[in-house]
Amino acid sequence: MTRFWIGAVAVIAAGLLLAMTDIIANSFWFFAAYVVLQYVVLATAWNIMGGYMGYVNFGSAGFFAIGAYTAIVMYNLIKAPLLVMIPLSGVVCGLMGLGMGYLTLRLRGVYFAIGTLALAVVLETLMVNWDYVGGATGAYVIRPREMEPFGDYVKFLTFVMLVLAVIAVAAARWVERAKFGRGLHAIRDDELAAECAGIPTLRLKLIATTLSGFLMGVAGAPFPLYVGFVEPVSAFNLAYAVNAIAMPMIGGTTMWAGPVIGALLLGTAQQIANVTISSELNLLIVGLVLVLFVTLAPEGIVGLVRKYFGRGR
Amino acid sequence: MFTFELLWNALVAGVLLGGFYAAVSLGLSITFGQLDIVNISHPAFVILGAYIAYMGNEWWGFDPILTGVAAAPFFYLIGVGTYRFYYEAFERRDDEALRGLAFFFGVMFIVEVVLIMVYGVDFRSVQAPYIGGNWEIGMIGIPTRMFVPCMVSLVMFAAVYLYLARTFTGRAILAVSQDRLALELMAADPVRVKQVGFGLGIATAAIAGALLIIIIPIEPSVGRLYIGQVFAIVVLGGLGSITGTLVAALILGVAESLVSTFYGPSWAPAVAFSVLLLALAVRPQGLFGR
Amino acid sequence: MLSLNRRGLLAGAAALGAAALIAGAPAKAAEPIKVGFSMALTGGLAGAGKSALIAMQIWEKDTNAAGGLLGRPVKLIYYDDQTNAATVPGIYTKLLDVDKVDLVVSGYGTNLIAPAMPIMMQRNLTFIALFGLAVNDKFNYDRYFQILPAGPKPITDWSRGFFELAMEQDPKPKTIALVGADAEFAKNAVKGARIHAKNYGLEIVYDGSYHPKTPDFTPIVRAIQARKPDVVYVGSYPPDSVGMVKAATEIGLKTKLFGGGMVGLQYATIMTALGPKLNGIVNYDFWVPEPTLNFEGVEAFLAKYQAAAKGKGVDPLGYYLPTYAHAYLEILGQAVKATNSLDHGKLAEHMRATTYDTVVGKVKFAPNGEWAKTRTLMVQYQDIKDNELDTFAKAGTRVVLYPKEWASGKIRYPYTEAK
Repeated sequence: MTRFWIGAVAVIAAGLLLAMTDIIANSFWFFAAYVVLQYVVLATAWNIMGGYMGYVNFGSAGFFAIGAYTAIVMYNLIKAPLLVMIPLSGVVCGLMGLGMGYLTLRLRGVYFAIGTLALAVVLETLMVNWDYVGGATGAYVIRPREMEPFGDYVKFLTFVMLVLAVIAVAAARWVERAKFGRGLHAIRDDELAAECAGIPTLRLKLIATTLSGFLMGVAGAPFPLYVGFVEPVSAFNLAYAVNAIAMPMIGGTTMWAGPVIGALLLGTAQQIANVTISSELNLLIVGLVLVLFVTLAPEGIVGLVRKYFGRGR
Repeated sequence: MFTFELLWNALVAGVLLGGFYAAVSLGLSITFGQLDIVNISHPAFVILGAYIAYMGNEWWGFDPILTGVAAAPFFYLIGVGTYRFYYEAFERRDDEALRGLAFFFGVMFIVEVVLIMVYGVDFRSVQAPYIGGNWEIGMIGIPTRMFVPCMVSLVMFAAVYLYLARTFTGRAILAVSQDRLALELMAADPVRVKQVGFGLGIATAAIAGALLIIIIPIEPSVGRLYIGQVFAIVVLGGLGSITGTLVAALILGVAESLVSTFYGPSWAPAVAFSVLLLALAVRPQGLFGR
Repeated sequence: MLSLNRRGLLAGAAALGAAALIAGAPAKAAEPIKVGFSMALTGGLAGAGKSALIAMQIWEKDTNAAGGLLGRPVKLIYYDDQTNAATVPGIYTKLLDVDKVDLVVSGYGTNLIAPAMPIMMQRNLTFIALFGLAVNDKFNYDRYFQILPAGPKPITDWSRGFFELAMEQDPKPKTIALVGADAEFAKNAVKGARIHAKNYGLEIVYDGSYHPKTPDFTPIVRAIQARKPDVVYVGSYPPDSVGMVKAATEIGLKTKLFGGGMVGLQYATIMTALGPKLNGIVNYDFWVPEPTLNFEGVEAFLAKYQAAAKGKGVDPLGYYLPTYAHAYLEILGQAVKATNSLDHGKLAEHMRATTYDTVVGKVKFAPNGEWAKTRTLMVQYQDIKDNELDTFAKAGTRVVLYPKEWASGKIRYPYTEAK
């Protein structure tokens, strides 16, 4: 067992302890933690494609929302429990990611990014016009009040999100370390050269987009239970697309810790900003921090740390 | 339900709408198409232009279009400054692709928030004699509110086209992303050329913004809605082709208008983007691509 | 932003002042009663949200000037929900668990009310909502109350007046076109209208929805016109309401009755932008400066609101939403005073049983928390000749036609002549 896995198990155990007991009596921290953890999953998922492979996905909100809507379909059909919703949402979005992977056959760079943007708009229009999931009116998903042995259902949701975040990070770390990850880096640096070098670029891209889509879908699945009411505007909110890009950028896109740090920092900052300055400044902060980081610290926080503290991991 | 009256009217409305889309896309066609700078904040500058037109109209009763034209030189300077910064921070370090994108993302937010702080979030609109009029030609009706912006857009297109085709700097802008070296051999500084091109692109946003506020009331965040549309048009037209951009804008306008008249208006945006996805899959170089 | 802070400071100063006034009371009693809520101060609904907040702060100030509630000052604690439903659950738990607010009310709009409901139900809190349409149809929560005067069956009561008026006219309309934006409220409004149309035997000749960002509405209005409907019912949001009205006047829409559920035509900035183009439209409204609706206190409130709203980029008149944002806090305050407690069970019980006097008139709730009887007004825009703000602050430009007990004028019919 490596240090990473010991850490992961410790995080989950600590989460379980906090969620099952009343050490933190204040449920606000769970609501806030849920959102931050959800961004850890989203940012990590984005980074597998954006950071490792160099394909920018502007449509993260689309994947997140389809994850949420798959959960709503499951809820409407059979009142499926959360633990059924999550893998199904993941599979649906994974398939979407696979489709997007085929798009990379024809589209490189900016064209691909714009393609993903268009994809999100098409998906939103579809959901708006699909009455079974509420259409433009929105759908109510009533969450159970309690979940044993956690008590408050939101504690359970937050714990689930924590586990998902650990899974996502572990997946990203695996990608990074495996031969697969080096293949993705080669694609990012020069796709043509990678192909010439005998790297099976299409297969690698398909695996990466599928994995990224799967994780985004997983992040969206518990969302209906968290808010209780989903309509296209909130599910396809631009905030998801923006944060999914901004968080890895700020944290650093080259290693798994980057999106995690970015999501924890920016996510927490936003949660604090929500309930303190409560104003337009919130958006301004995202804008300014993003501009500052991409100009002054292109390698993100991870890069800064490496620069000042040697090349430690 | 189908009548020829509806068809003709849908076509005319589509062309007028397309003309307006063309104006919003022109700047991006230059910055993104010619200069390879993914200026995702372009729609935010369009909104900024719309607010300036609003201000001129509300405070002094100026015509929105004239205000837009008057503001264009200032936008040119803003564009030059933005490019300068972009160049120093990203392009010079050969680091533009991903980080440049994120940078413009941030710029978009900053512009939007500044507008919210200054003007609030209420919807704003302008007054002008040509808003609200309608010409009936046979069975076809032409709302002047759509006609005037379309005409202004065409004039702007013609001017930019002539500038790019006939002047030395203009040709240099067309050449800059294709062959830097050749440009340098002709004693033209690529950075300066791009600076002019980017300035020109942002300058068109001042006028496009004035057209936008003539057509619909605006608030600071409506710019986001146009990001997809303008990129769709520029890509569909073929990067780097000014004529292609115009044609693509007209196609998109007509497609939206036809769907809206004969099928269901709620599908109109999906149709536009489906056309884009299809075009990307089948002919990624666009209609008029090189 | 700055102004907001200053308002906050002012409110704080007022609360302090009030606290000083009753400094004689025991120390514990001077602890303010905290009222918590989320409000859209940025994002799509921010224009409305900010105007509601101004009205609520007026209530806070006036209440404190009058000695507060239960001998304690009141204090509003609010956070910006950014018109984003995902922020709402976090905000309410923060209010309840960290700020320990005593009372809660909702933010503005259905999308931002619904996400708070599970939390309210979990903790059995009394929750008064500001302009939610049929939220409680799904939750069936007995401590939910709603200030929007839609009526006990919100979906159909909403457009009841429009259809009753339509069916009274001569010649009687036979066909109807329904059109609405792809968004929560508009869809529900059109859904209700569809039910009425079927009940009254009107033939639906057009039934369409459009994307809210549609820039040009002429193709839609032409498609409607081609079917020659007698009635055109529109469910729309502010930008598209403007687009529809512009397109209808440009094309010269020929129909007998036009309007219904168009949000935004009540806002001063939009009314002044459209001016005479509004003439003849019959649309819903909640409060207009007509003599029949001159409830006690409303003028004084509006004077304060209009002074406070100046230069803030929000609705300068404050008829539509701010009056109700004031009223829902009035009800809360009156219930606290009458029951002499902050017990949510007692408050809910009182609210179920009592008729309240507010700046929007008498309010009585039905068992499901909606108004016991609809007071969704149908008004017709008449005799508008210019685009001045003062025009719309006068009686006679928005004539109340329905409900009959509040009527202040006669309908001009058909639309083609009322224009």
